[in-house]
Amino acid sequence: MSINQTIYIPLFAVSVIFFCYSCYQRLQLISLGADENRSDRPIERLAGMFSYAFGQKRVVKRPFGINHFVLFWAFMFLLLANGEFLIEGLFPSVSLALLPDPLHHVLAFIFDMVSLLALVAVVVALSRRLLFPPSYLSNEYTSARSGEGLLILAMIAFLMIAFFLLHGALIGLGDSAAYRPISAIFASLLAGQSTAALQSSATIAWWVHAVVLLVFINLLPRSKHMHILTAIPNTYLRSLDKPNIIPRESFAKGKRFGVGVVEQFSWKDLLDSLTCTECGRCQDLCPAYNTDKPLNPRRIVHDIKANLLQNGPALKNGEGKTLPMIDLAQNEGTCSEEALWACTTCGACVNVCPVLIEQMPKIVKMRRHLVQEKSEFPEELLNLFENMEQRSNPWGIAPSDRGKWSTQLGERPFEADKTEYLFFVGCAGAFDTRAKQVSVAVATIMDLAGVSWGMLGKEELCCGDSLRRLGNEYVFDKMAKQNVEMFIEKGVRKVVTACPHCFSTLKNDYRQYGLELQVIHHSELIETLITGNKLKLPKTTDMGKLLFHDSCYLGRHNEIYDTPRNLIKAATGSKPAEFERNRENGFCCGAGGGRMWMEELNGSRINQNRVAEALKQKPDTLCVSCPYCMTMMEDGLKELNAPGVQVKDVAEVVAEALRL
Amino acid sequence: MLVISCIKQVPDTTQVQIDPETNTLIREGIPFIVNPYDTHALEEGLSLKDRFGLRPVALSMGPPNAEATLRKACALGVDDAILLSDRCFGGADTLATSRVLASAIEKLAEQEELGIVFCGKQTIDGDTAQVGPGIASRLGLQQLTLVDRIVHLDLEKKRIRVRRKLEGRHEIVEAPLPVMITVVRELNRPRYPTVPMRLEAEDVMVKTWDNSVLGLDVETVGLKGSPTWVSKIFSPERDQGEIIGDGINDPEGTANLLIEKLLSKDLLAI
Repeated sequence: MSINQTIYIPLFAVSVIFFCYSCYQRLQLISLGADENRSDRPIERLAGMFSYAFGQKRVVKRPFGINHFVLFWAFMFLLLANGEFLIEGLFPSVSLALLPDPLHHVLAFIFDMVSLLALVAVVVALSRRLLFPPSYLSNEYTSARSGEGLLILAMIAFLMIAFFLLHGALIGLGDSAAYRPISAIFASLLAGQSTAALQSSATIAWWVHAVVLLVFINLLPRSKHMHILTAIPNTYLRSLDKPNIIPRESFAKGKRFGVGVVEQFSWKDLLDSLTCTECGRCQDLCPAYNTDKPLNPRRIVHDIKANLLQNGPALKNGEGKTLPMIDLAQNEGTCSEEALWACTTCGACVNVCPVLIEQMPKIVKMRRHLVQEKSEFPEELLNLFENMEQRSNPWGIAPSDRGKWSTQLGERPFEADKTEYLFFVGCAGAFDTRAKQVSVAVATIMDLAGVSWGMLGKEELCCGDSLRRLGNEYVFDKMAKQNVEMFIEKGVRKVVTACPHCFSTLKNDYRQYGLELQVIHHSELIETLITGNKLKLPKTTDMGKLLFHDSCYLGRHNEIYDTPRNLIKAATGSKPAEFERNRENGFCCGAGGGRMWMEELNGSRINQNRVAEALKQKPDTLCVSCPYCMTMMEDGLKELNAPGVQVKDVAEVVAEALRL
Repeated sequence: MLVISCIKQVPDTTQVQIDPETNTLIREGIPFIVNPYDTHALEEGLSLKDRFGLRPVALSMGPPNAEATLRKACALGVDDAILLSDRCFGGADTLATSRVLASAIEKLAEQEELGIVFCGKQTIDGDTAQVGPGIASRLGLQQLTLVDRIVHLDLEKKRIRVRRKLEGRHEIVEAPLPVMITVVRELNRPRYPTVPMRLEAEDVMVKTWDNSVLGLDVETVGLKGSPTWVSKIFSPERDQGEIIGDGINDPEGTANLLIEKLLSKDLLAI
């Protein structure tokens, strides 16, 4: 078999040039984005890249991901085989056959087997798409590109079949069959053909393989299969911070705030948008999407890409944009305001994405624009913003009432030299009737265990969590600075909080203000007290069937899953029952991201969705670890008319076991 | 055409406590806010700028630190902010206050035609609801109080038609410009300042006019010009309350207890 190089060389050259040009165009689009440093801590980045990209850590968390794992590694091996194939076309004398025999034979065997695996994986993937697609795979806006998915799979199948046919024919022409068992089967299919027929079979197979391969390569940068090129770098360039930590903004005149046009996203956001292959896992877990809100995290990422592709060329030339990034209505390339306000910042999307796309931070960035540059937000937030700014709590209750919940505990001021822990009670713990009971439980437990603790009382300020998630970074910034200054002034080092939102904000967000505190959630403190024998539970308490609901800000955002479960085990004698969706797949109560203070006007209610899931298990007690979850679960139980179920904070469960 | 919104800096009254010794408000450490009704007066001025191109001006009488209130008005988009501040204005009652404000409005109206003066229906610290009408009578303006809707503004004929929110009824009234209007909360939804506007407002020079600008007779302003003064402030005594039942664990039983109690005191009619 000989290849007509006068046809192949120009074809190859044009393909390579066009591929490079496409990649260059995409890179130029990405470079329109704002600066962001993603090159720090290279060792950690490399380690993550190996486990997320090469180890396919998140991909294989779902059973079907194993199929992708096979395809990924088949691609890795066949990169070498196809490289050889393309080069051999240019220089027929250059091939892996130049390698010493044993090595060459091993490679030939591997390529043959791996190609079979790839072919099987493609057939499985095609069947899944066509015969048993999961609910989240496609929806009305991805259907425009579902043909793309089929085409790519079909091309891979063609490549594999052409590979086997080529080598089958070559075996018929005298190549050794020993190291190519699958090709040998194809050779037996061709057996009996004349040499000339085998020659032309080989030539045809070679050309089919070559053309499909070159077209395939050129499709990548121009389709959602760009992830084949960008997923690996995307995992290297991932955010090393907690999922909801977005860079601070500097408030100086003439600056722009948040993201209102596509080039205000960071280059990494834009790379994310080109990396998304629309697998739909984020959509599958999103509490807003699952309750028929107009938000779909996958769609947000797609709209950023569509906007970039449409506006990018004009932006590169310094011309204005034509397609708005945010508008009242949702169109391809434009996110609707309603969708942006539907996010609970639960972090499920960020946590599940196999290629570490950061969906939720993009939503918050756009909220920053709406609040700070346009003053456009759901009207119920006006009160929240004013209350926060004027009275430093979401309800607008007089700050002087902050200490009232603890009058029976006596004066418990925090003093740097005398008290070990600052008990940061939080707005809910200080003002919300139900959450106040949890504060009392936490305080009582700490006293029983002899913990040295104090509070800021009237001086305590709101941590600003809701403001930051809602995009009111300007006011959050002021509140954070005030708090940080006060903590430093008072010599605070160790903080215990009864609210995962205060916990996460003090622990992670305030780090951006140079404050390194040792912050623990009350469940962590109690666990340490029990394991350190400072707190002895005299008996176990029977709370019936107890179901534990994960708080997003404790669980996904801070990876504390076992601690509250261990406490429940210690207090009740048995592990809690689990929701169907638990731990990292836990379903939000609906109150995060400032949604606590907003009306839920679209679709069904998130808290009812969660409570309905709980009621399927007929629990007696719903155990939570967050005051927001407490409110949402109690409301949901009332709304679904399930009066027999009680909601308890994990501290109350422990307190129950301590009651003599 | 000028539209002037009078705003007052008031202590956040939910946080005010009374000193039992001196019977005065303890103001230390109490944050100041813009009188909530005045935020609606301000918003209406701004919205007339958006809709009709009128020139909104914010006016406030108060101590030098009241500048913060006016700066906030600037962040919301007023064209001009003027603080009327002079030692001799201090201690004023509603009469003396309205004299100073009226004099400043008169001065502004010398340079540009006056359209509307907006005031909140009352302040949350004094609760008199007299300053707005006081300004109107000092200046001889028509006064429309308790307005919850501007029905029609005709700048050519210089007439305004508004809806007043009265107890149990609404009243549509019309008056020629210039006019003084006091507003209730239902009139509008105050806007929230954008960050660029806030940053701009940080450097804005708030104009301060003292009495050398207004040239009022010092005997007619401040404490000296005030025929009324506060002699005592106190919290009314209340009967000690009691907590009945256990509302958290037995809401139904507690509700029954409460109803019985109210019935026994003849406070509920069946």
